Amino acid sequence: MPWGEFKDTAAERRLFQRRVLVALVVMLAMLGILVTRLYYLQILNHDNFTTLSEKNRVQVQPMAPPRGLIYDRNDVLLAENRPVFSVTVVPERVPDMDATLDQLQRILDISDEDIERFNRRLDEYRRPFSAVPLSYDLDEAAIARMAVHRYELPGVEVEAELVRYYPYAELTSHALGYVGRINRDELRKLDPTDYAGTNYVGKSGVERFYEDALHGQVGYQHVETNARGRTLRVLEQQNPVPGDDLRLHMDIRLQREAFHLLEGRRGAIVAIEPKTGGVLALASVPGFDANLFVTGIGVEQYRALSESPDKPLFNRALRGQYPPGSTIKPMMAVAGLDSDHTTWERTIWDPGYYQIDGKGRRYRDWKWGGHGWVDLKSAIAESCDTYFYDLGERMGIDVMHEYLDQFGFGKDTSLDISGAQAGLLPSSQWKRAVRNAPWYPGDSVNMSIGQGFMLATPLQLATATAVVANHGTWAQPRMLKDAIGAESTDEVMPKETHQDLNLKREQDWDHVVESMEAVMHGPHGTGRKAGADAAYRIAGKSGTAQVFSLAEGEEYDADEIKERLRDHALFVAFAPADDPKIAVAVIVENGGGGSSTAAPLARKMMDAWLLDMNAGEEPADTDKPIVAGQSEEESRSDG
Amino acid sequence: MAERDFVRHMQGPSLHNPRGLLNRIHLDPILLVLLLLLLGGGLFVLYSGGDSSMAIVESQVARIGVALVVMFVFAQLDPSVYRRWAPWLYALGLIALAAVLLVGVGAKGAQRWLALPGLPRFQPSEFMKLAVPIMAAWYLSRHYLPPRFSRVAVALAIVFLPMILIVEQPDLGTALLVGLAGLFVVFFAGLSWKLLGAFFGMAGVAAPVMWFFVMREYQKQRVLTLLDPESDPLGAGWNIIQSKTAIGSGGLMGKGWLQGTQSHLDFLPESHTDFIVAVLAEEFGFIGVVALMTLYFLIIARCLYIAVNAQDSFGRLVAGALTMTFFIYVFVNIGMVSGILPIVGVPLPMVSYGGTSIVTLMAAFGVMMSIHTHRRMITA
Repeated sequence: MPWGEFKDTAAERRLFQRRVLVALVVMLAMLGILVTRLYYLQILNHDNFTTLSEKNRVQVQPMAPPRGLIYDRNDVLLAENRPVFSVTVVPERVPDMDATLDQLQRILDISDEDIERFNRRLDEYRRPFSAVPLSYDLDEAAIARMAVHRYELPGVEVEAELVRYYPYAELTSHALGYVGRINRDELRKLDPTDYAGTNYVGKSGVERFYEDALHGQVGYQHVETNARGRTLRVLEQQNPVPGDDLRLHMDIRLQREAFHLLEGRRGAIVAIEPKTGGVLALASVPGFDANLFVTGIGVEQYRALSESPDKPLFNRALRGQYPPGSTIKPMMAVAGLDSDHTTWERTIWDPGYYQIDGKGRRYRDWKWGGHGWVDLKSAIAESCDTYFYDLGERMGIDVMHEYLDQFGFGKDTSLDISGAQAGLLPSSQWKRAVRNAPWYPGDSVNMSIGQGFMLATPLQLATATAVVANHGTWAQPRMLKDAIGAESTDEVMPKETHQDLNLKREQDWDHVVESMEAVMHGPHGTGRKAGADAAYRIAGKSGTAQVFSLAEGEEYDADEIKERLRDHALFVAFAPADDPKIAVAVIVENGGGGSSTAAPLARKMMDAWLLDMNAGEEPADTDKPIVAGQSEEESRSDG
Repeated sequence: MAERDFVRHMQGPSLHNPRGLLNRIHLDPILLVLLLLLLGGGLFVLYSGGDSSMAIVESQVARIGVALVVMFVFAQLDPSVYRRWAPWLYALGLIALAAVLLVGVGAKGAQRWLALPGLPRFQPSEFMKLAVPIMAAWYLSRHYLPPRFSRVAVALAIVFLPMILIVEQPDLGTALLVGLAGLFVVFFAGLSWKLLGAFFGMAGVAAPVMWFFVMREYQKQRVLTLLDPESDPLGAGWNIIQSKTAIGSGGLMGKGWLQGTQSHLDFLPESHTDFIVAVLAEEFGFIGVVALMTLYFLIIARCLYIAVNAQDSFGRLVAGALTMTFFIYVFVNIGMVSGILPIVGVPLPMVSYGGTSIVTLMAAFGVMMSIHTHRRMITA
């Protein structure tokens, strides 16, 4: 201790005593606050809280918001909500769970599988006093039996719940996606408050992509229940905010047409409105009934779907990756022209095959004997492979990669289509990394006609075709047209990111389109049969994709294999050529030649859209409210 | 010259420790009885709050056993030991806090524990609840009191440094409690009223700063929920609504032990940890809670008596600050459960299920018993 300071012990002690006194007073005041608070709660408001707690228990119950509806472009309801009666159990109120389950199994048709699923849910985290579903979709007889036995079964309730229903069943399952029960992983990711009353979540497609908009906001109600837990009355309620209704670009009539065209085959059709990028139809055949998945599909039914050799659960339109074959020749032409590797005037001699440096392996043209002298336009119209072999070799992989990338190959360019695959756009780096081999000129030759490593999905083919139809202007493919509800369409829909494809010579686009018109209308065009007598000009391109090997796990069956080794038939087209209103990509698995199998389907799609459906023009009274007009579906969706 | 030196010169028969068996083993009988009453009564409530689970009670009894041993050990050490070790304990605590930020483990985005090989997992911030007031008392009691402004500033720095480290974990609740424990030392040391006023003024300014820059979204949410629990009845508001219902429905006499419907029907979350007062209030009524608060008050009164009678300012400051911190625990817990303070996760001292807090608190009582039983009375 420094000089000049000394401790006045007595003074310090007095100081401390004064401070303790102050602290004591403050402390007593604070204890007074607590006692007052408890007095207020326990004495003054005792009756209120007793009412809440003892005689009639008040519960806060979440109210699930009704899920937003989904309409097609003409306000036809594609996804609605249907009341379904289910049996739920509040475990806290059940005196003897085993006995209760036994009795329920006697009254209702409940499988052991249901019981097992129920027990699994019991073990998961849930809010106290929340109901656990046991069995869904009771019929009237079951509801009546439950009503008779209800008093014997405390804690068991029959509840009406709104459940998603897809009136067009298998027509829309691949395009719209579907909802299903929230599973354990999803439970962890979802907002626990907002999903407190919700049992379903979008699993795929539009339902999944726009989950946030479709879901809405949870409401709640304070309900008075008696000692047995039955709701007596609602004291107070905050209504849920319903999810936004969505209107899609899809036209269910065109979608149905696509399904009919593919009936009995395996394949996919994607139709896009080039100006907007709106997906008019997205069909993957065979399809499946999404309604089966909503409340939980049975094991047998699921096995039938998942083990079918036709793979109905597989979304070919978005996830099927095929060699694009000759359908990419128009894009290759754009690449060759813009990179100055060829001109419209340039001609080559096609003897029916192509040899790198005039020697070595022969790459065969599809036409035995060759096309003779061909220029670029006739090479597209007649699908001359040799011309493109030559062009591809001279461009090399880097140029091809650069341009095809701008057409959207090798990545998912869709704006709001969940689950779309990226396909495969090879590059020399890719081959080095994945195959551990250099890029050979022969690889470029194969690639030039869409064979070899390259893979594309039907959606990508339709997108690239729409880019050609738009002369390079991008409109990324999208499902959503408008959102109707709390949020505006702009808020709900993601922003476009893809750059337009601008060419050095704008008129090259016109020539490419003319060449594709020649495919359909030219004297030697490969699609001239499909294009004959059209009331409008079509620009198209056929393609054939070789099937090299069986998919893994497929069983050996001589007939089956024969059929499944056949080439995939592809066709892309848009129309009218001078003012495109629809771009289509068609693939028929093992369908053989693109021009013979796929092209007629594309033609029928375009006829349907441009002639029968009035080019997709809006109905005259576009301002009418979305709820009007759908009398039949609408009345069923209420409740 | 410190008064200890003065005492040392006066050894001889004129000085002696107050006699009595408990005193000879350095336990204060009054405080011990009160604590045992509280711990024992707490077990009854815990049995009810923990859904009549003997496992919970048994594990709590084991913790109480450990805590009693810790208290006993802490009581054996002479207060001079605490004073000598103060800077080292404090430095060790700071290092541990820094280590938590670097290599700590934890959950829900917060790092609070240190898992060193060979040691049980522990929370250094819990340790600082003792180390910070002891350090502040060590520093201030080296000089005459009341402290000069510059010494107050240093003392505040001693308090704020660990606070900042704890806020970083983030654990705002514990940081505030550690800070308060230190500030009580400064207050008892004789911080001038002017400075105290200025401090509150600064706190008033700091509050909005904290709100906008320091507090996390979930912490703000708790405050907002307190102001209007109905705004989030399914989320954070749920606890408050259910806990108020449990308390209010208890009435004057309560529903009787094990008869609480709110807690037993699982309406009440965390009924055996932070919200155990609600169980007590529901089953033993207003009388029960007031009895509990009386018991707490008696403990606090005894501790303040110990503080006032401590022989040197170090002992006074440590005992005073630890007592006030204990009170703050009680106040914050009952305040939050009864819905006048935000939910900050402070357990009810000695009653809530859980180990760390009981051990820390009992260690603090051990320190106070040490201060009391190592006095040398001049009787001659």
